[in-house]
Amino acid sequence: MNRPLSELIKKLWKNKKTKYGLIILTVYIALALFAPLIAKPYRQDNPYIVKQHSFSPIPQKPSLKAPFGTTQNQYDIFYAMVWGTRLIFKITIKVILISLLIGLVLGGVSGYYGGLIDEVIMRFTDIILSVPSLILAIFVSAVLGPGIEKVVIAISFVWWPAYARIFRSEILKIKSMDFIKYSQMIGAGIFWIFRKHIIPNAIYNVMILASLDIANIVIIASSLSFLGLGSPPGYADWGQIISLSRNWLISGLSSIEYSHIVLIPSVFIFLFVFSLNLITETLRDIFDPRLG
Amino acid sequence: MYKGMKKFLIRKILFIPLTFIGITMILFFIINLLPPQTLALAYTDSDKELTKEELDLIIEKYDLKGNILKRYGKWLLKTLKGDLGYSQVSKMKVIDAIKKYLPATIELTIFSIIPIFIIGNLLGLTAARNKDGLSDKIISTTSSFFYSMPSFIIGILLLLIFYGIFGVLKPQRYSITTEIMISQGLFKTYTNFMLIDSILNLNPSVFIDSLKHLILPSLSIFLGTSASFIKITRNSTLEELNKDYVRTLRAKGLSENYIFQKHIRKNILIPQITVGGLQMIRLLSGVVITETIFDWPGIGSFGVRAARQLDVSSVMGFVIIVSILFLLGNLIIDLLYVYFDPRIKYE
Repeated sequence: MNRPLSELIKKLWKNKKTKYGLIILTVYIALALFAPLIAKPYRQDNPYIVKQHSFSPIPQKPSLKAPFGTTQNQYDIFYAMVWGTRLIFKITIKVILISLLIGLVLGGVSGYYGGLIDEVIMRFTDIILSVPSLILAIFVSAVLGPGIEKVVIAISFVWWPAYARIFRSEILKIKSMDFIKYSQMIGAGIFWIFRKHIIPNAIYNVMILASLDIANIVIIASSLSFLGLGSPPGYADWGQIISLSRNWLISGLSSIEYSHIVLIPSVFIFLFVFSLNLITETLRDIFDPRLG
Repeated sequence: MYKGMKKFLIRKILFIPLTFIGITMILFFIINLLPPQTLALAYTDSDKELTKEELDLIIEKYDLKGNILKRYGKWLLKTLKGDLGYSQVSKMKVIDAIKKYLPATIELTIFSIIPIFIIGNLLGLTAARNKDGLSDKIISTTSSFFYSMPSFIIGILLLLIFYGIFGVLKPQRYSITTEIMISQGLFKTYTNFMLIDSILNLNPSVFIDSLKHLILPSLSIFLGTSASFIKITRNSTLEELNKDYVRTLRAKGLSENYIFQKHIRKNILIPQITVGGLQMIRLLSGVVITETIFDWPGIGSFGVRAARQLDVSSVMGFVIIVSILFLLGNLIIDLLYVYFDPRIKYE
């Protein structure tokens, strides 16, 4: 498993565009990992609550106390960006793991057994995929209410069907191979066959497809919190900070002096998605030349 | 009609109600995760506060703790009759709210799709004709730049530039002057499509006013959605240009313009339709977010408001109407395939 991965990174590094993407992404990973050192937790019990300087409605310009300035109600933008990076990684990783797990189980059962159960599971995924994912995620998170874990559940709910489909098609490919038939012949149980043969053979392609997916998860998660359906108020969440800036912008009091409250968080999200897309483009060329 | 095509279309059309029932079933099951007290609010038709006894009465009357399949059946029948319940956020029936907000969304969507097809096509062709030249580089870089921008960031940056800094264009659907004219009955809203209404009212100033308000949100959706379309236009044009028939046409001495008009534009239609269909999800999500950013009084901002306050009937109505739009959009894509590609076998 390790060799193809290091080869892959070497291949990616050779491409100039992808190299910049990897460099930017590394900065974000570092921000997420070292968040407690870069911006000291404001509240010990929950570091994701943004540092609030006071309750004044007028945003502040960048200063020594708040390097990126503050939004209305004095939320510290620098703090929100740093911890927001950590939060978005947390959400993305959880969504991918949950979707992979559900996709593995349902796609696996569907592909391995076929027949009626396959039909039922696949029609279910078809139906979920026939509603635009953001819209369905809005619906689920409205029902679940605000909260980080609930955002994860809402996005996972719309995300797993794609994984189930991929797993299913991978398994259909592997199932008909001889070594699986021999394993069945010598009386191997289904769990053993899955663990020993099917998952190791299918997981690589699925992981690649999962990595192509990260940018979309980031966009949908930050869109949800921008719409006020994600994290509870006061959380270090990129989308939420942007929506605070929007309220200030729309109030009619804004001017060029306060443009930083819009520009800084926008650049932060943009660069992250941009770096992911730079890497994804090359990945797609390597693994699926037809789409290039 | 080609052989088997009728069958193909009938199957596609029959598929829509089945999917619709599947979607509503899933939505109904999810919404029933809520406690009966919250669900009971969906069965009221006014916005006065309910006492606990009244809520219990509703729960009992509609059997909200009872068998979910039975309740789903009743709800589906009601929905098919057009009764989607009462909307707390807009203080009217959900179906009336949809009638009120849908024209604004359709207006915005049309004004975003047309530029994607016309300008996107033009940009893609220009890039292909100047492959690796300056205009190709500018078009490709800019479009991949916007592709990486979540639609709410494009919207908010446009708002910052054109409203915050220059103050030339404003959010919302029309200016206060128009709003006063409507409320005083000086401007009649026949269709709720502002552009059509202003023509019917013979009122050019409202027409220009509405057009000005359309620019920012539709530009925002255009920038967020057109990238893939431009890219597929460019790449499939380049692919066509390498084919033998183009070489033959050139050898015959035909002009480049003629080759593009007569042959290439037709041959790239199929990949364009495919990508157009795939981009529909991005478009609809973009519309919902853009409406929220620009206070555009459409289905999207209505749905988001309903979702924030957990107005059960409205949020159900919102997802149902968006799903219908999406299903219809997919049907249109299928029809376009049939129309433009007679080679496809419909088995």
